[in-house]
Amino acid sequence: MDTLQLAKKIRCHALEMTSKGGSSHIASILSMADIIAVLYGSILKVDPKNPTWAGRDRFILSKGHAGAGIYAALAERGFFPVEKLLTHYQDGSDLSGHVSHKGIPGVELSTGSLGHGLSVACGMAYGAKIEGKSHRVFVVLSDGECDEGSNWEAILFAAHHQLSNLVVIVDYNKIQSLKSVSDTLELEPFAEKWRAFGWNVYEVNGHHHHELTEVFSRLSPSVKPSCVIAHTIKGKGVSFMENSVLWHYRTAKGDEFDKAKKELNQ
Amino acid sequence: MTEIATRDAYGKKLATLGEIYPEIVVLDADLSGSTKTEFFAKKFPQRFFNMGVAEQDLMGTAAGLAACGKTVFVSTFAIFATGRAWEPFRQSIAYPHLNVKICASHAGLSVGEDGASHQTVEDIAIIRAIPFVKVLVPSDGIETEQMVEFLAKDSGPCYLRLSRAKAPLVHEASYQFQIGRGHILKEGSTVCLFTAGFITSQVLAAALELSNQGVSTTVVNMSSIKPLDSKLVVAMAEKHQYLFSIEEHSIIGGLGSAIAETLVSSYPKKLVRLGINDEFGQSGSYQAVIDHYGLSTRGILESLKKELKL
Repeated sequence: MDTLQLAKKIRCHALEMTSKGGSSHIASILSMADIIAVLYGSILKVDPKNPTWAGRDRFILSKGHAGAGIYAALAERGFFPVEKLLTHYQDGSDLSGHVSHKGIPGVELSTGSLGHGLSVACGMAYGAKIEGKSHRVFVVLSDGECDEGSNWEAILFAAHHQLSNLVVIVDYNKIQSLKSVSDTLELEPFAEKWRAFGWNVYEVNGHHHHELTEVFSRLSPSVKPSCVIAHTIKGKGVSFMENSVLWHYRTAKGDEFDKAKKELNQ
Repeated sequence: MTEIATRDAYGKKLATLGEIYPEIVVLDADLSGSTKTEFFAKKFPQRFFNMGVAEQDLMGTAAGLAACGKTVFVSTFAIFATGRAWEPFRQSIAYPHLNVKICASHAGLSVGEDGASHQTVEDIAIIRAIPFVKVLVPSDGIETEQMVEFLAKDSGPCYLRLSRAKAPLVHEASYQFQIGRGHILKEGSTVCLFTAGFITSQVLAAALELSNQGVSTTVVNMSSIKPLDSKLVVAMAEKHQYLFSIEEHSIIGGLGSAIAETLVSSYPKKLVRLGINDEFGQSGSYQAVIDHYGLSTRGILESLKKELKL
């Protein structure tokens, strides 16, 4: 699958979904769209026709507020009809603002409350390891989410138990909901923290598909779990949303929506 | 077996069930010597995981293992399982309805001298409120064994509340636990006492004394707090003049509240709730603390007689 095309579709769907539904977090989705496109387009071993296939790779979006992006990716991969996406955030819809597993084939875990996904991913990775299974477990964290102490419990656990089948991707756009990461709770030196906790760490441009594909493909067969720190731009793809705190919560309406749609379709 | 702590009965039974159910794995947060998962750990070291002092990760990892098809038993002290880790339990285990059983020891006041930080008088209230989670409070070793066996076969989340202290048996060996069913331990006609857990033997002793003084008293073990045996509650309300709930828990949100919820909608009748009256626990030997809150035989009897104006 053409991952660049998939990323474009994820972005366009997400804009439509959040604007029509009136939900927040468009910038958080645009930030991770390339990561998700590369994973769902060329890396994850999943079968849309058999979403609970035992040998599938597991994917957890721990930053569940960016759920519209995952719904879009799953629909484009054929897990459910694309038309369903426009029910997002509507009364009675399965497609809630934060990711829910209920009624959505392909979603492994409901998230939204930050700091839960990595522990569950550890359990899945450990379960695969003790059963001698070869599938991998991928989990995307936000940078702000790394404020949650529960992650650091899981980070200790994964290294201690040598969960080499576990891959964390941090969407490091350096902007939280109200301010920058640096102005909120500094994470730097970030890569060194993961290394000190016993992880293999890779730093990539989180919008560069070749870099992403290459890093996911070459993760070394070691005893350590892997952390890919993906340097990203919050709001990537829409000029007036990029690197702007405002668009964590703001919904594109009227002219803003039209302008954003035009830019994403270019 | 004449007197055993429910945590011991749990640990021993779990180690036995490990032979029958290869899908069982057990997680603990560095307290296996106290929670008694040590028996399972010694027998099945490859299926036992000490998660370290990390209760949030304990719940999340349990969820991940359950998502892989494991039957996961999780143990630590009740205060940490239900307090520190309430939200991971709620989000990652209860909402996806994963097959994880929280079997938490040292519940209620049973840590005694360790004091209020380790005592748990709110756990039933805060776990009972989570949708579709079963809440079980065994009254002795016999019932604990049966509940653990039930949990090994059952699918979905559950909270099993275990005590640190040895308690006398209140059930016959022939007793059969049934989920959602209460069990009449002593049948009378005027006063009905609903209870569960460690203090059940003390409630029974108080009931015998009251009966000896001419007040015919029933004792019902309501160990299945959720689902609750609503039919039995209504039947007891119809039959008896006076209703009491007696529990080693806050009177806010526990067994008494669960019974009151049934009564208020199905058979409105006064229920006197005996328990810990909106207070934290405190340090002291277990029996001294139980005495302090009026939950020993003597204290229960005094409260009953006062209410009955005897």
